Amino acid sequence: MSSQAEHAGSVHVEPGFFKKYCWSTDHKMIAMQYLFTGMAMAVIGGFLAYVFRMQLGFPNHNVPGFGIVTPGRYNAVVTMHGSIMIFWVAMPVLVAAFGNFLIPLMIGCDDMAFPRINRLSFQIFLLSSIVILGSFLVKGGAFGGAWTAYPPLSASGAYNLTPAGAVLWLLAVALEFVAFLLGGINFTVTVMNSRAPGMKMFDIPIVIWMIVLASLVFMASVGPLIAGAVMLLFDQTLSTGFYDPARGGDPLLWQHLFWFFGHPEVYVVLLPAMGIVAEILAVFSRKKLFGYKSMLYSTWAVGILSFVVWAHHQFVAGIDPRMANVFSVTTLLISIPVAEMVFLYIATLYGGSIRLDTPMLWALGFLAEFLIGGVTGIFLGASGTDIYLHDTYFLIAHFHYTFVPIAIISVFAAIYFWYPKMFGRMLNETLGKIHFWGTVIPFNVIFIPLFITGLAGDQRRVYSYAQFAEQSKPALQHLRTTSTIALLVMLSFQLFFIVNFFWSMRHGKLAGKNPWRSTTLEWTVPSPPPHGNFAELPTVYRGPYEYGLPGRDDDYWPQDAPH
Amino acid sequence: MLERYLTAASSYAHSIDHLFILIAVLVGFWLLVAEAVLFWLIFKYRAQEGRPSRHITGDEKELHRWITIPHMLVILCDIAIIIPAIIVWYNIKQAMPPAEQTVRVYAQQWAWSFQSPGPDGVFDTADDVRTVGELHVTVNTTYHFELMSRDVVHSFAVPAFRLKQDALPGRTIIGWFRPNRVGTYDIQCTQMCGLGHALMAGRVIVETPQDHAAWLLHGANPTMAETRTPSVSPDASSTRSGGLRASLEAFNVKADPTPVAEVRR
Repeated sequence: MSSQAEHAGSVHVEPGFFKKYCWSTDHKMIAMQYLFTGMAMAVIGGFLAYVFRMQLGFPNHNVPGFGIVTPGRYNAVVTMHGSIMIFWVAMPVLVAAFGNFLIPLMIGCDDMAFPRINRLSFQIFLLSSIVILGSFLVKGGAFGGAWTAYPPLSASGAYNLTPAGAVLWLLAVALEFVAFLLGGINFTVTVMNSRAPGMKMFDIPIVIWMIVLASLVFMASVGPLIAGAVMLLFDQTLSTGFYDPARGGDPLLWQHLFWFFGHPEVYVVLLPAMGIVAEILAVFSRKKLFGYKSMLYSTWAVGILSFVVWAHHQFVAGIDPRMANVFSVTTLLISIPVAEMVFLYIATLYGGSIRLDTPMLWALGFLAEFLIGGVTGIFLGASGTDIYLHDTYFLIAHFHYTFVPIAIISVFAAIYFWYPKMFGRMLNETLGKIHFWGTVIPFNVIFIPLFITGLAGDQRRVYSYAQFAEQSKPALQHLRTTSTIALLVMLSFQLFFIVNFFWSMRHGKLAGKNPWRSTTLEWTVPSPPPHGNFAELPTVYRGPYEYGLPGRDDDYWPQDAPH
Repeated sequence: MLERYLTAASSYAHSIDHLFILIAVLVGFWLLVAEAVLFWLIFKYRAQEGRPSRHITGDEKELHRWITIPHMLVILCDIAIIIPAIIVWYNIKQAMPPAEQTVRVYAQQWAWSFQSPGPDGVFDTADDVRTVGELHVTVNTTYHFELMSRDVVHSFAVPAFRLKQDALPGRTIIGWFRPNRVGTYDIQCTQMCGLGHALMAGRVIVETPQDHAAWLLHGANPTMAETRTPSVSPDASSTRSGGLRASLEAFNVKADPTPVAEVRR
């Protein structure tokens, strides 16, 4: 097979099915592979959420399509939900799929700098997906020690009772990191070296900047965790004692290595999401991005600060209590550049001419919801209140108010916005709007009750509150049931998207080159773009957001238009 | 505000609750302002015939101050939050008021057990009081706890006390609490610890000194201890308890770990 691949050369011949869809080095096809794999994993992650929310909303009932949720299964389901949604949905879709699709198109080149590394990256990612899904089938079932995998629980089959599942989980995560390391190198090199003539640093669309910064943050933070993962793998399989205190190891070491990666990881997925939203805000308010340079500097500040906040996940983990003061300060510090970015986004709307097409609805939905996620983080970053709120549903609700806007809302924004470029046809606006309101309203109804159950002391990762008198009040159960029902509503509204997505591929209105009248380079090529993207490589004359210029016929001025 | 949802039963519970309210007011203000401005701008600058968008870079001084001023205010609010947050943290986690009593807390898959030094005030003597699942304490007394884990990472959480501290195998973590309200409160494990995580419940029973003394006598009654002996004796758990795990698994983890007190002289 690999010898065939060697022939994928300069002369373009229409490849066969396998070569076109499974063995391609074309960045757009690899983007589609990541997108569809990520969407399939999202369906699985969503199903897992359905399973454990049903157990929490209607305890000890048979869950249709799953069965009785026993404690062991519950642990596996919540662990896999977290792992899959972060590592196999948010990462591949936000960073890999949109990074691959957008970078060459938006900087004006024909493909990534290393197309074969790109292909390898997806293949390793696919392998990691197969491994993580395969772990459901092994003896003992999938790993159930939480997505943070704290040893000694994760290190010993005698403790977690899922010896095979734990090893496979770790292998899958490590493989996934390798895939994204390859991708990250590719993204950074491509953007730094393959830009169209004339595109200076400050002419790069902000979404591309953010994907590059996310890649840099990822590459700089993942090393320690890969080392940690190898040690954990040795603890699991070779009976070493890196995390075993009885043999001189230290379980806290893993927590530091994990969160040294784990917190920057939040910003690895946040930045591309914010980039996507910035592009859409500019196009649909017909406005230059407010303070491009301020935004870029804030992004850099977020990226750098994200490396010094990790221990706020460990305030009560048994670290030296004096450390909490340092990390509490850095955590609140990072709120400053993030607040600055959000202010700049809101200010971009000022003086605009705002059209509420579906992509814009999703982008504004991101802003409105992410604000809630942002401010509730302060309660957890402040060490004093974290003592009480740590590992409660308040944290769960906060976390989802950041991650659902990031991994769901902004991804939908991006899909509605770039779908015409990907498939050459428009998505249906009416179905899109039904889908938007049917997602965003239930989303709030799911998680606002969980803020309250968290304040009332509901701890996370527990399949039943029957043992806890304070948690067994009927009022709390009503809130949990409300949340579950809202989830069912939200999941069922995703049907509108699935129907819209596949129906519009064949029957949607033809999009043309530039349906949104946008300025950036991807809209200067046919939809969908042909192999090699640009018939003639473009030259860039100006920044990416020239809207509403007085004295011009059109209200936008494409980057590649000489005058 | 938090007390609407859960009783506050320790001396420092209210300081956490007050900090919560302070943060809620400050960030609530910012949330409302930001959302209001966002929706107002969406409405005000909706697309209208004959009103094109304006070309604004955002570097104009008179406009950029609308970013700079809120930016400064956010920094002020951050400072207004971080100082009380650190004070609360310092008082709870760093400053240790002198102990009037000390208790050892053992976490293991999946039970809590407790050891008090008994009348002689010395641990590991014959008069130690050992209990499983139930911690009996006297109201208005400052307790130091020595928290240990016998197997994996657990977290010792008493929501009514606003107390949470992870237990790590291989080390002893010292903390404190001072219950100030008589009653029975839940002990949770808040760190994923395996199959029986949700069953790892305990109770802390805050008693008046009289009741506590009576409990010591009452619990010491050998017949009582006989009838209420749990399936696993606390002695057996001095190493990692295979017995409890086995029994939970045998019951398909339906075993009801009703807290059982047992007192040994």
